[in-house]
Amino acid sequence: MTGWLSLTLGIPRPVVIAVLGVYAILVIATALVWWLQRCSGGGQGELAARVKSWWAMVTVFALAVFIYQPLSAVFLGLISYLALKEYFSMVPSRKIDRVVILAAYLSVPVQYWLAYKAEFGLFVVFIPVWIFLLLPTLMALQGETTGYLKSVGILSWGLMMTVFTLSHMAYLLFSGDAANAVAGGAGLLFFLVFITQFNDVAQFTWGKLFGRHKISPSVSPKKTWEGFLGGVATSIVLAALIGPLLTPMDAMWSAFAGGLISVSGFLGDITESAVKRDVGVKDAGALIPGHGGILDRIDSLTYAAPIFTHFFRYYFYP
Amino acid sequence: MTRLLRWMFFAGPVKLLVLLIMGVNIRGRGNLPRSGPAILVANHNSHLDTLTLISLLPLKTLPLVRPVAALDYFLKNRLLAWFALNIIGILPIDRSGGANPLANSKTALAAGSMLILFPEGSRGEPEKLAEFKRGVALLVKDNPTVPVIPVFMHGLGKALPKGTKLFVPFVCDIYVGEPVPWRDDTRLFMTDLRAAVDGLAAQGDFPPWD
Repeated sequence: MTGWLSLTLGIPRPVVIAVLGVYAILVIATALVWWLQRCSGGGQGELAARVKSWWAMVTVFALAVFIYQPLSAVFLGLISYLALKEYFSMVPSRKIDRVVILAAYLSVPVQYWLAYKAEFGLFVVFIPVWIFLLLPTLMALQGETTGYLKSVGILSWGLMMTVFTLSHMAYLLFSGDAANAVAGGAGLLFFLVFITQFNDVAQFTWGKLFGRHKISPSVSPKKTWEGFLGGVATSIVLAALIGPLLTPMDAMWSAFAGGLISVSGFLGDITESAVKRDVGVKDAGALIPGHGGILDRIDSLTYAAPIFTHFFRYYFYP
Repeated sequence: MTRLLRWMFFAGPVKLLVLLIMGVNIRGRGNLPRSGPAILVANHNSHLDTLTLISLLPLKTLPLVRPVAALDYFLKNRLLAWFALNIIGILPIDRSGGANPLANSKTALAAGSMLILFPEGSRGEPEKLAEFKRGVALLVKDNPTVPVIPVFMHGLGKALPKGTKLFVPFVCDIYVGEPVPWRDDTRLFMTDLRAAVDGLAAQGDFPPWD
């Protein structure tokens, strides 16, 4: 059946099997939550909402990303757009910068078009060089200097974190076929996103079960060394198991990539927590029940996506 | 025919604009009325206010939903007037000082409509709450059993403020309160209503915008 699905949908067979594997995990998680709810007499509402949202996210992501390539670019671009919009809605801004904010939104389609074309040279400098230079100039030309530097910082950081970093997912998908005979760009993207998201859940779970020693109480009070290290270990093992099936990496390289993704995911999470603390919000939005906003769900990917992509590209691209 | 056009307008482009391109965070969604008659009272920052409020109500009640607005503003050209009356479905108030400017609102309530009212009158300065006008109290006085639901919106004045045509997407925060009961006195009722909207506004902690 997986062979038939792979042929009909035009997706590499290992990715079809991997997505089915994710659904198997969801079935187990749903059963587990149902059992926990029965034991606790109707508690665990937030956990149940989270698992329910996972079903929706996995389905939307799998349908939109792995089936029809131009649609994948639009979908991944939409994730950046929604994240950027959440960001602009929670940070301080100046009325005079409305037009610059609009220009920042317009960089999303361009960046994802470059990722779609796998134009690495332009893709990798468009936001960090061209937009980085253009927007502050636009702002200066508006003529208002009060709060100028602060606004430039807020705008540039937001664009890098929500558009530049996340667009690496699209670049990996569209450029990866040449570097991955095993399962193509789709296999690479699946590996990155699955390990990152599973690592989030693993760090959360290890922390809940054994968390004692806080890593950074003032930024993210729930993060503990036990959760972090448990997550890293889990991700290394998981990556060593699935890496060879989805990527050209052997078990050793996959394990290293798993550790790298796990640590970078943690750093992305901490970084976004610091921003949310600074502006005084708990969640960046309310788009995904049980999870918060889209930024809350993908904060780990803002670090994991570029770090994994550049690591992989350096060692494995032809 | 215009009813179908209106339905298509709100089911398609408006939903896309409000829910995806902008996005809303709603607190107190359960306080929204599910049927008429009812009066939604909201602060007014932007032309998007009306579209956003309408898109929060169930589509099947769309024929009942009537935003109350001054006709003279929209009568500037014929196309705009047609659009305001038939697609947005406004219930025009006559600001020229005729007999009773809210006479048709009263009739509409009696017929089970869901009215949308902006007691600040005009959109004013973005994201600043102006003085409330008393018209709404006069309307409730004649229909004291109709639920009056206070709503506070933040963000639309950033997305499309008065005096510009440049739309910039921002997420809109919406707070819906419990119905404000009639108090047998216009002034007391207006104080309650204003306090309800202020209370909703105080729930939010909005980033600086200046």
